[in-house]
Order: sequence, then structure tokens, then C-alpha cells
Amino acid sequence: MTEAAAKIEVNCTVNGTAHQLRVHPMARLLDVLREELELTGTKEGCGEGECGACSVLIDGQLVNSCLVPVLQAEGAEIKTIEGVASGAELHAVQQAFIECGGAQCGICTPGMVLAAMSLLTENPHPTDADIRHGLAGNLCRCTGYMKIFDSVVRACERAGVKA
Amino acid sequence: MQTEIVGKPVPRKEGRSKVTGAARYVDDLRMPGMLYGATVRSPVSRGRIRSINFGEGIPWDEFVVVTAADIPGENAVALILLDQPYLASEFVNHAEEPILLLAHADKHLLERARRAVTFDIEPLPAVYTLADSLAGKEIIWGEDNTFKTYLVDKGNVDDVWAQADLVVEGEYSTGAQEQLYIETNGIVAVANEDEGVTVWGSMQCPYYVHKALLKLFALPPERVRVVQCETGGGFGGKEEYPSMIGGHAALLSWKAGGRPVKIIYDRAEDMSATTKRHPSLTRHRTAVTRDGKLLAMEIEFNVDGGAYATLSAVVLSRGTIHAAGPYHCPNIRIRSRAVATNVPPHGAFRGFGAPQSIFALERQMDKVAAAVGLSPAEFRRRNFIREGEATATGQIIREPVDMAGLLARAFALTDYEARRERFARENAERAARGATVRRGIGFASFMHGAGFTGSGEDYLKSIVGAEADAEGRVRILAASTEIGQGTNTIFAQIASDALKLDYDLFEMAQPDTGTVPDSGPTVASRTCMIVGRLVESAAVGLRQTLQGAGLLTDEYDADEWRAACRAYIERYGALKSFSQYKPPPGVRWDDEKYEGDAYGAFAWAVYVAEVSVDTLTYETRVEDFVAVQEVGKVVHPILAAGQIEGGVAQAIGFTLYENVVWRDGRMLNNGMTNYVMPTSADLPPIRVHFEEQPYQYGPAGGAKGIGELPLDGGAPAILNAIEHATGVSFTHVPLMPEALMRGLSEDA
Repeated sequence: MTEAAAKIEVNCTVNGTAHQLRVHPMARLLDVLREELELTGTKEGCGEGECGACSVLIDGQLVNSCLVPVLQAEGAEIKTIEGVASGAELHAVQQAFIECGGAQCGICTPGMVLAAMSLLTENPHPTDADIRHGLAGNLCRCTGYMKIFDSVVRACERAGVKA
Repeated sequence: MQTEIVGKPVPRKEGRSKVTGAARYVDDLRMPGMLYGATVRSPVSRGRIRSINFGEGIPWDEFVVVTAADIPGENAVALILLDQPYLASEFVNHAEEPILLLAHADKHLLERARRAVTFDIEPLPAVYTLADSLAGKEIIWGEDNTFKTYLVDKGNVDDVWAQADLVVEGEYSTGAQEQLYIETNGIVAVANEDEGVTVWGSMQCPYYVHKALLKLFALPPERVRVVQCETGGGFGGKEEYPSMIGGHAALLSWKAGGRPVKIIYDRAEDMSATTKRHPSLTRHRTAVTRDGKLLAMEIEFNVDGGAYATLSAVVLSRGTIHAAGPYHCPNIRIRSRAVATNVPPHGAFRGFGAPQSIFALERQMDKVAAAVGLSPAEFRRRNFIREGEATATGQIIREPVDMAGLLARAFALTDYEARRERFARENAERAARGATVRRGIGFASFMHGAGFTGSGEDYLKSIVGAEADAEGRVRILAASTEIGQGTNTIFAQIASDALKLDYDLFEMAQPDTGTVPDSGPTVASRTCMIVGRLVESAAVGLRQTLQGAGLLTDEYDADEWRAACRAYIERYGALKSFSQYKPPPGVRWDDEKYEGDAYGAFAWAVYVAEVSVDTLTYETRVEDFVAVQEVGKVVHPILAAGQIEGGVAQAIGFTLYENVVWRDGRMLNNGMTNYVMPTSADLPPIRVHFEEQPYQYGPAGGAKGIGELPLDGGAPAILNAIEHATGVSFTHVPLMPEALMRGLSEDA
């Protein structure tokens, strides 16, 4: 079996753009995003689904893209960190992370922003405990999480104002 | 005129690129013709290499292969000593030691090839623990396994023991801890004889890598260039290690005739092969009067350096100087020793020896208090160091210090006295009715010195530049790196206030040894206090230059500044100013006696932890944490609080979660699933309070250093609280549930 023969076609939408990919079916979605599509905002922290740095949204569901074989993305709508802002306008969660110190080194930030968005989509008015448990799949070594909690609360308040 | 912005929570300079995913880390770089590099490592902890075998089924002729024989210069990582090879050639001294490097364009094939290389290594007897190395069970390094010793000797402890009312002894130990930056180590290198060596990577100290590459390739300084990419956390773990991986990537590129080579460690390799916090063993012997005055402290502080010297001498130094804490005691003797074991070299990790020795001290202080019959707080109050008194090294504290005030504030914020009394009462009631949860509250008081120790800063002679363009924008030229802690932002704030110009006019140049001067390593809580001061004076130098040229008056606005910059540049070509470190007046340090002014300034702190301990499940939770510290002027309140919160979280991990499991010198749990760091669900509220006592030689109206401080107090505060909750004194961190179970069972 040659390398080329092992590849399959996967059709999916990433940040609103339709893609027809020729890829190995078991390639990690993380690698396809970073290497084929050059969307390097999605980070690899552990490669075993523990740290959440590679979080993306597939059809609105938060997943660790290091654990997803690309064949599972067939027909899916994928959102990465690059698709979060609307042009120059940041999403409320991104803006709050800047204002509240939610990002330090920044390597967990893309995943953390998507996890926070996912949390607020499912639960627009989370309690402190909801936030703690909602983000527990995303590790941050810099902040001790306190400023990330502040960021989620700030985004929540602002989204509330808009609604 | 611009209003002051030091002390204001201005937006982080690179915040936008980080929240949008646009920030470029080393693994995001791709270059035409790039190869991937891999490191083939020793499976044996100590032995003699007999042969290297290349397995079948791999097209070896397609690979770039590098061994020690391919090294153009010296096969040694230049740091303090030259004992650590880039690639082992005859002997290996720890498991995971690099022996061979491979590169190929196909990273999947590369991984197969890496697994197909095997070594025939004749094993030699090895030493795996600090205790075995101290005992000289096997001599594996030098004459007696010793990398470094220090002796601090104040007064005369020998005269005290016989007459003291009370002498209390204790022994304490700490385990290794993984830095666990979420971005693993990585480098991209381009190297060949025509163009020299260039590396881009994740690192804290570009000039350390630069120095190491000069020796490795035997090249003059101008032919080596080191560039820092956005760096996903360091915590000390990217202080010295990038010199190793940087050399490896460059050697592969050199052999490949200059094709770019990228090496990115996966998590398992990063955890098993790179540095960790030094394990430690500390013995205390303390003499006190009946009314609780310290008479003598004799401290033996030992650290496990791993297989090579790396930074162990300096880690030991900081741990030694902090071992007697913020107390006044007339007689102190500290003997310390760093020794070798056959494990991967331990290295820099935030706190740098101080968390280890302060853990021991602050557990011992609670023990002595109990022996004297005083509360832990009252015993410390009677011994806190005050302005005008001398530390262990004889450093007279010349700045106002108010440890008792910090203690009072921390206690008020936690309602400490009332809770301590209430928990004791409720624990007894709970025990009587068979409930399993106990609660406790404890604290630790400590200090942390900012900057290099003793004559270190004078030796470094750091330089910072500032350069203005014709639009009046100012770039700070420094090798100090942004690794999440906020260098870009605070330097811009400091320079902005120094020139009274808008924050948006200031930015940091990318740290690149080709374009920025050596402002020293990004370590030792020195970036704000030491380098920040140089940023301030370099910025002021721009103004003085313009004024000297008659282009600017004392009072100016942004337009006048811009016009002056433009006029100067039109006339003279460029507008730059440089500033070099000079020690504050009156500083004295004796490296032989280890005596004198160890640090320019100390940050002072009292941390309080409240815990619950389930005596059935042996789960411990920190329920509340208050961190009160005096750090001089706070440059940026959100970044500063973020430093403390993050450091406390790492300290909580060090205390209760992060257990490196060793077998024969190898880390068994080298993954994030089995080496457990705190998640957002595990941590208590971390409540941070600053006191600001301006330091006269600090920048921005008196800032000191804060980066390492928060690692120091967590472990002893938590174990003191656990003793309050359970009545059992634990002496080792990490305190895992199994150890808690053993301790509570023995007590029952």
C-alpha cells in the first residue's frame, strides 16, 4: 500500500470556509489544521487529551483535536481560534481575557477561549463553581486560573448587556 | 503631559495576538526544505557505550545522522562547568542522555527510525537518591559526588547548645517538580560554515544559548545568532535547557549543509529528559530561650543535582541564603551541599532552591513554637527581623521591613485567630460524632531576594538600549524575554513614565542576539527590578540626548518629542541610548566567606492556607489561600497579582499533587495524565494583597522582584495547616494521599 493510496477525501468547513482535504484518515485533526490549513493558533500541549490546548469546536462541541482522527470531521463545521473574532472585532471572551489578565504566556489561551465560549453557550449565567468545572479540561500553568475566572465573568456581564 | 501609567492595568502588549491565535511560537515556524530532528537517548542510567546499532527496514541513507564525532567545537554545554556533553560518546551518566541525533523530512519515518536505533551499553553501578549520593554509596562524579558546598557562619553556634533552654531538631525533604510549561521545548536551527549558526526557539535566556553555541561550534560571537520566539511558559525550565536542544538542532542543520531543522519535544520526552526542581533534604537544629527568642540555628541543606553540574551551584546558593528566613538570630551556621545522582540533571525552577529550604524552615518554626509553648504566630513575632538587623549572611536590612504588620494583615484577611480556635473545637466535635473531615489553618512567613546573588549582577553588567524613530516611537532593546510574566508590558510602562509619553509609543524589540544587547538572563526575579531600572535610564538617556542637542526643552508634549526625534535622526542618523548596570552604593559581598549583601532587595511575605482533610479518603483540599506581600512599587496590578496567583497554584501543586515517580533514575509518570497539576476545579480562591514600600534603587518609583516569591510560602503554610487539622506533623512534600494515610494511621 503506497502512501498516496492510504489517503482519503474529507470535506469539512473550517471557520466558515469549505475545504476538500486529501488526508490520511487517522491523521489527527490537530495536525491537519496546523499543517495542511496552516491554522497554527491551535496548540499541542500534551497529545493525550489532558491539557486542552488543542481545543476546537466541532459542530459547536468542544473537543481535543489531538484525539480526533480527521475522518470524523467529514461534513463537520469546525471553529478554531482564528475564526473567533469577527474581522478586527474581538469576541467578548477574547476582549475580557485581554482586560482581566486571562492570558499570560498565551499557549493555553486559544483552547481556553474556546472552552469559555463553549461554557457560556451552554450556560450563559454560570456560577463560580460552574466556571471552575466548565474549564477543568483546560490546563493553565501560568495564571492559577483566577484571572481566567475573572475574564469569563467579565465576558458574561458584557454579553448580558448586549442581550 | 502624559499621566502616570505605572500602577495602572494597561492592556498587555502582546495580548491581542495571544487571544486571536496569531502569536507565533516556535512550532508555528515552517521553512522551505525544513527537516525534523529527533534525539536518540540512553535507556541506561550509567554505563559505557559499546556500540550503536542501526536497525533494519529504515532507509538510513536518507537520514542526517549526528554523533559526538560530528561536533565542530567542544562537546560540552557551556554553563558553569563544562561537564555535560551535548552527545555522550563513551559513557552515559543518566537515562535519557542524548547519544545520537537524526533528521528527516518525514516526521513519521523519523519516529520509526528513532525507535530502530539501539545501543549496546555495559551498565555501571548507579546512584539514584540524594541519601545514597550523600552517603557515597558509589562515587559517580568527581572525588565525592559533590558539585558544590557553601558555609554561612554567623556568630558562633557551638557556644550556644549547652546553655540553651531548649534545642529542637527536625528533618525535612522535598521531591522533584516538573515545570510543566504547556509549550514543550523546541528550536528551529539553520547552520552551515558559510552563514554561521542561527536558532529560533522557546527560551528564557537568548545569550545563554548564544554562549553555548559559540563553544559548540568554535565560532566568533558575530557568527551565531539566537532569536526568541513567543514562549509558552518557562518557570526556569527554559533557562538552561534550550542550550542543549538548540545545540542539537544546529548540529543537525550543520551536518545537513544548512537545511533548516526543527526539533520539538513531545510531552513525554520533555518530562522525562529535561530538568526539574532539585529534590532536597534539610536538617535543622534550633536553640531557643524559654521565652521564645532564637539563640542559634544550625542548618544542613542538601540538594540532588542529577548527573551533571548545570546550575546546581547557584540553586544551592539561593536555597542556602534563604534557609534561615526573615528572622533575627545572632548565631547561624548553614552548611549546604549539592551532589550528583544518575538521574537527568535537575535545574532551574521558579524559586531556585528557596522553596526547598524555606519549606524546611517554616515547618521547623512551627515545631519550635510548639516546643516552647507559644503559638506559631507569637513565636515568629518575637523573632522577625527588623530594619537595621542582620540576615544569616550579615546583610543589614536598610529598607523598612514590617513582617509583624504583614502577619497582622494576613490574619485580619483570613480571620485567622478565630478560625484557628473554631477549627480546633469543631474538629474535636466532628471526631466525637464520627465525621471524617477535619479543617485546619496555617501560615508561613518568608522573604525572597531579587536579582542575582552577591556580586552576580556586577559580574553580569547587563546592558539595555532604547531607540527612537523619526515618528517618536521608542523600541526597548533588551534580551529579557516575555514568557508570560509581562516583560513587554512593564518595560513599556516604565519607559513611558520615564519619558512622560503615551504607552502606545513604546514597544520591545524581539529578543535577538543580532540586534539587542545582553541584558542578562530572564531569571532570579531580576527582570523588573534590575533590568527595569536599566530600561528607565536608557529611556531617560534618549531625552537627555535630545536635550543635549538643543532639540527638546524640559517640558514637552508628544508633538515636540516627535519633532525632536525627527530632527535628531535627520542630523545624526540614529537616536539610541544605552544603560549599563552599576551596583547601588555601599553594597559589599564576600564570595569566600559567603557573607555580606546577598541581594539588592527582598520581597517580604506572609501566606495563610486553610485546608480540609478527609480522614477516610485521605483527600486534602486547600479551601482558602491568602497571599500578603510587600514587593515595592507595583508596576501593573493585574500582571503582579497574576504572578502571585500562578506561583501559588504551582506551590499548591508542589505540595499536594505533583509527584515525580522514579524507578532506577527514570521518570515513570512522564505524561499529563499521570503527573497531576492542579486544574481549575482543584484550586481555592487565591486572594492577593500587596503592600508597597518603595525600594530606592528600583525602577518606576521603587519596584522590586516578585516572580519567584509565591513559590516559597505555599508548601509550609499548607503542611502547617494540615498539622493543625490532624495533629500530625508531616515533613515531606509532595504529601500524597498514601503518605497522609500512613501518617494518620501511625498516629491513631
